[in-house]
Amino acid sequence: MSNSPSVAPPSRPPRVSPLYDPRVRGWAYQILLVLAVGLLVWAAIDNAAENLRNARIASGFGFLSNTAGFDVSQSLVPFAAASSTYGQAFVVGLLNTLIVAAIGIVLATLLGFLIGVARLSPNWMLAKLAGVYVEVIRNIPLLLQLLFWYVAVLSALPGARESLSLPGSVFLNQRGLYVPKPILAADAWAIPLALGLGLAAAIAYRVRARHRQARTGRQAPVGLVGLALVLGLPLATWGVLALVGADPVTVEVPVKGTFNLRGGLQLYPEFVALVLGLTLYTAAFIAEVVRAGIQAVSRGQTEAARALGLQPGPTLRLVVIPQAMRVIVPPLTSQYLNLTKNSSLAVAIGYPDLVQVFMGTVLNQTGQAVEVVAITMAVYLSISLVTALVMNVYNRRVALVER
Amino acid sequence: MSAGPQALSLSFIRRETVPAAPPPVLVSGPLAWARANLFSGPGNTLLTLLALAILALAVPPLARFLVIDAVFTGANRDACRPDVVGHPVGACWAFVAQKINYFVYGSYPIEERWRANVFFGLAAVGIGWLLWLDAPRRGLGALYVFVIFPLAGYALLAGVPALGLAKVPTALWGGMLVTLVVSLVGIVASLPLGILLALGRRSQLPLVRLVCVIFIEFWRGVPLITVLFMANVMLPLFLPGDVTVDRLMRPLVGIALFSAAYMAEIVRGGLQAIPRGQTEGAASLGLSYWQSMRLVVLPQALRIVIPGIVNSFIALFKDTTLVSIVGIFDFIRTIESARVDPNWAAPTVVTTGYAFAALFYFVFCFGMSRYALYVERRLAAGQRR
Repeated sequence: MSNSPSVAPPSRPPRVSPLYDPRVRGWAYQILLVLAVGLLVWAAIDNAAENLRNARIASGFGFLSNTAGFDVSQSLVPFAAASSTYGQAFVVGLLNTLIVAAIGIVLATLLGFLIGVARLSPNWMLAKLAGVYVEVIRNIPLLLQLLFWYVAVLSALPGARESLSLPGSVFLNQRGLYVPKPILAADAWAIPLALGLGLAAAIAYRVRARHRQARTGRQAPVGLVGLALVLGLPLATWGVLALVGADPVTVEVPVKGTFNLRGGLQLYPEFVALVLGLTLYTAAFIAEVVRAGIQAVSRGQTEAARALGLQPGPTLRLVVIPQAMRVIVPPLTSQYLNLTKNSSLAVAIGYPDLVQVFMGTVLNQTGQAVEVVAITMAVYLSISLVTALVMNVYNRRVALVER
Repeated sequence: MSAGPQALSLSFIRRETVPAAPPPVLVSGPLAWARANLFSGPGNTLLTLLALAILALAVPPLARFLVIDAVFTGANRDACRPDVVGHPVGACWAFVAQKINYFVYGSYPIEERWRANVFFGLAAVGIGWLLWLDAPRRGLGALYVFVIFPLAGYALLAGVPALGLAKVPTALWGGMLVTLVVSLVGIVASLPLGILLALGRRSQLPLVRLVCVIFIEFWRGVPLITVLFMANVMLPLFLPGDVTVDRLMRPLVGIALFSAAYMAEIVRGGLQAIPRGQTEGAASLGLSYWQSMRLVVLPQALRIVIPGIVNSFIALFKDTTLVSIVGIFDFIRTIESARVDPNWAAPTVVTTGYAFAALFYFVFCFGMSRYALYVERRLAAGQRR
């Protein structure tokens, strides 16, 4: 019956009214959407232009070369109220954001991995303690934590005369944290150079060792030799320079005077509070990421590695960590991005980051809201998008390859 | 092979009785548990000692501050000043007790505060209706939460003179009331918008997809504080000159768009988990795209992402604190302004205020995260063996 030739399929699909053709409809919807979005954007721009004209606010990016006329408490590049421009203020803010983000990322990663591993510790007490830390920190808003560190802890510290003395010539008082300051001599560039050379040599050695292992099966002490190259070469350079008499790095230790601390590097309380708050907060999230990643490697993997005769060390290094990293790295990057974006909360405690300097002071002084907001958002957006791109490449590289 | 049994050396056979093995160590009971979990080896013992040291460092000062040395009653700063009362003073809960109405309602007129209480009640009913998975008529609940409650809530808080409710300008709203309003507006506005964006991002139509991707990635790529600044200074610019936007309305728009982008990604995760066969089955039954989404795909997808939605609500709830930076009197801002009250100038008042706020946020966020875990377990019950 079903094979009967009498119901041969029609050679052409039946004609439908364009009203019911899904392709026509699809294009109609899309054109409508684009028109609506375009209209919205156009109306917004038109209104903005008129409002700005009425308020007599200049437009364009010319203001970036105007004199700023305000001071910034912490600046990595020379900045003076009288001579620096809004463009330079932007650079100062951006650098301050980046330095907080970089320091925060390093510290939060260390603390986060430590707590994440502690949460999986066979020691019941330690695991519970880590769990309490994670739950408490994650469930309290970051802004509140920053205010706590800044207002309740750092501002309540004793004044300079009664500075708290911490081990390693570190002092803590109302004006911030004083740490020993390394002073680089003219020929200090030799040390980073040696570090770079050591790194390159270590990588070359590793590549060669891999080839040799693939060819002959013999293993080489890659870790030890690499460590010796990376650490030893700069230390040797330092030693040689010091022996010759050109001391490349001297350390200036803060000293307690009668009224104030002299010397050393002063880290402002705003900076200390921001780094502390961001580190503690993000570490709790990173700990969860690490825990999830390690738990994602099934126990069978470890057991199979042990059955093949691998020792616990190589099992961890060759079997568990590579698989856990595949799960850990993407959310870890998004935590890094979160930390960078959260550093904008600096504005609440007065740390001169990009948002505080540029969206705060510069916006208030110039009134050029559209340009200032656009520049600030473009900075954060490009950091996010570049990270996302790098992550996509990484994901494609480490993605599980199945037949 | 052919050797007979006589040829075998029998030396491997034991000839004398084995002495009895010692009884096995305890494997149950608190002692055995402690041995296995706390002192199973030298390293483990060291870790236990470390944990004990941390506890010894952290718990006594906390207990002393929060309870033992704390002051619970008092009318002004004298109750909390160590030089006046003559003993060390921990948390000054008397300060919180006196300011609690300010923390809850801000400057909302005292005779109208019953309206805020009714609003809290309406919100609790709506949240309970949606979160209780076996609640009756959950469809009606959704209608209540997304349509009736926002309208009724706005009328109640802002006032409708025709109904005898005096107008209360939003500048007077404050405290937990504003925190709750901001988070509820965020979730109520972001869920429908997020669903539309998620559907758009998975659409077959390239331009729709492009618009949705740009929208989502833009909001996800910038910090919330810049969004709030933008809403504050640019929203009035984008509207015709004679339209003014309420001070409270501006950050609400920013928060709604911001959280819609995050919500879209969560919903998209749920949509991706629904097998293609569901859509195809719906299409073969003759359902249109919207019908198949409304009746087949979304009910399944949204059920999966309830934990994700709750987690995103927790993040939103914590993020609402940022509106205090752009001048809205939310809970944090009331704490900030109460702590500088000269009537309560005592050394521990600041920390007390922050401890109270931390407790408030912790209780709500922790409760919600437990709920998300519970739903997750319940949804996974079908997969458990």
